[in-house]
Amino acid sequence: MSVIVLLTQLLNGVQLGVLLFLLSAGLTLVFGIMNFINLSHGSLYMLGAYFGAAAYTATGSFLLAVVAATGGSLLLGLIVERVALARLYAREHLDQVLATFGLILIFNEVARVTWGPSSVYIDVPGTLVGAVDLLGLSYPRYRLFIIGVGVAVAVALYLLIHRTRLGMLIRAGASVPTMVGALGVNLARLNALVFALGAALAGLAGLLAAPLMSVQPGMGEPILIVALVVIVTGGIGSIRGAFYGALIVGIVDTVGRAFLPELLRLMLSPSLARAAGPALASMLIYLVMAGVLALRPQGLFPVKHG
Amino acid sequence: MSTLLEVVDLKSWYASIQVLFGVSMAVGEGECVTLLGRNGMGKSTLVKSLMGLLAPRAGTVRFAGQDLTGKPSYRVARAGLGLVPEGRGIFPNLTVRENLVATAHNQRAAPGPWTLERVCEMFPRLRERSLNLGANLSGGEQQMLAIGRALMTNPRLLILDEATEGLAPLIRQDIWRCLERLKASGLALIVIDKNIGPLLRLADRHYVLSKGNVVWSGPSAALRESPDVLQAWVGV
Ligand SMILES: Nc1ncnc2c1ncn2[C@@H]1O[C@H](COP(=O)(O)OP(=O)(O)O)[C@@H](O)[C@H]1O
Ligand SMILES: [Mg+2]
Repeated sequence: MSVIVLLTQLLNGVQLGVLLFLLSAGLTLVFGIMNFINLSHGSLYMLGAYFGAAAYTATGSFLLAVVAATGGSLLLGLIVERVALARLYAREHLDQVLATFGLILIFNEVARVTWGPSSVYIDVPGTLVGAVDLLGLSYPRYRLFIIGVGVAVAVALYLLIHRTRLGMLIRAGASVPTMVGALGVNLARLNALVFALGAALAGLAGLLAAPLMSVQPGMGEPILIVALVVIVTGGIGSIRGAFYGALIVGIVDTVGRAFLPELLRLMLSPSLARAAGPALASMLIYLVMAGVLALRPQGLFPVKHG
Repeated sequence: MSTLLEVVDLKSWYASIQVLFGVSMAVGEGECVTLLGRNGMGKSTLVKSLMGLLAPRAGTVRFAGQDLTGKPSYRVARAGLGLVPEGRGIFPNLTVRENLVATAHNQRAAPGPWTLERVCEMFPRLRERSLNLGANLSGGEQQMLAIGRALMTNPRLLILDEATEGLAPLIRQDIWRCLERLKASGLALIVIDKNIGPLLRLADRHYVLSKGNVVWSGPSAALRESPDVLQAWVGV
């Protein structure tokens, strides 16, 4: 029984992990390549969820919802990057944080005005309802689907970055950007492309999360903070780091919340355990991050520059 | 010989510090020109100003009939200027092969463009090292890579800023031989280097810079006959 529970929680952790990966991929690329801190990345996650939910409600097709979520955030990301953020690349991090925090406020307000202050819910798509039998373990089909999508995206991103010309330019731009320009590549366009790609993945993550959680204004901020923990833990600028960092954070958070309170009950008085358990469980990922930073300040999988 | 690059009265600053005080120079089609001068006289700054890496505040840069003044560096590169920068600037996290192909282009549709094969023929070391990361190369190999990478953009004018600096004498000779071949193929060159001997043999004309001004210019024969110029401005 408890093995089943543990396995289920582990899979839940992996599922949260791949969602975090989709969100972190763009964040880490933009941070690593353009040295730009984009707090409003969470807004693209939120708006992706809204775009997808609206399309799903209107058409009933989850595929169209995926197209709307990724396409909508890609387009929005492109516009925001060109209109506002590209001007901030050369500025200090404090300016970037202030400006993108302002964008968060604007986007949350836009969402509130457009879709109302209360939550929007969407159902798990029909074909993904129910549970799958995994060697005796019954696990929700939709969560398994999220894991599959996340792993597929991770593989595709890996191939893009390590096997294509565009990937070479992205890596080259991360190490010696001036030379990429001086050899004839339009760096501004490359940056916009990377930004838009990250935005699309954030939107996809928002939509995938929507049937599990509610879609509401401000939903992007809590998860953005966790995504920041992911990229710092994994190593800024590294897709591999984002992937493993996301899995670690997802599993530690999920499993910690599920089992830490019980574990504490074995060691502390019941009332103390009841009080400390949830608090400690919610701090666990930050403790992990602090530990990683103390031992490996560059993160677990820093970008190789040689 | 028709003029390929024409620079008129170029003035450049780093923030509030002026470094170029009205530099004028020209490079003809297929010509090899050098920039001479002691350290800190503005040679690399002139290169940056030509390449669009530093926006000049006054003056003009014309190349093959196009006005490139203040254009972003990718536009300058696409117009046909190739850069081998001071410090080589290779991509440390890319393999040798990736360094060569990542930015390769033939925007001007030059006939008989450079290929990986031709670059490796010129620098066989690069073929042997093709799967190594740029960071793991020796200084000489990095320099060959920087030249090969610039050639893969099929330039009409190649700029080499201190291409033999810090290299062993034998490797240096390889680089000079390579530059002779490139010149013979009709490629125009701007070469910045501390080794006057090879430059006098290779180049057609020279510009001597001091404190951001051109203080002397002329052909190799004239420079050979003016040891005082080299003594006074270049320190040889
Ligand atoms: N990035 C920079 N910022 C400020 N000053 C610079 C910078 N690069 C060069 N300089 C200054 O500009 C002057 C010319 O430098 P440079 O063009 O590199 O000389 P050279 O290439 O002839 O050795 C020097 O005084 C140098 O200190
Ligand atoms: Mg210099």
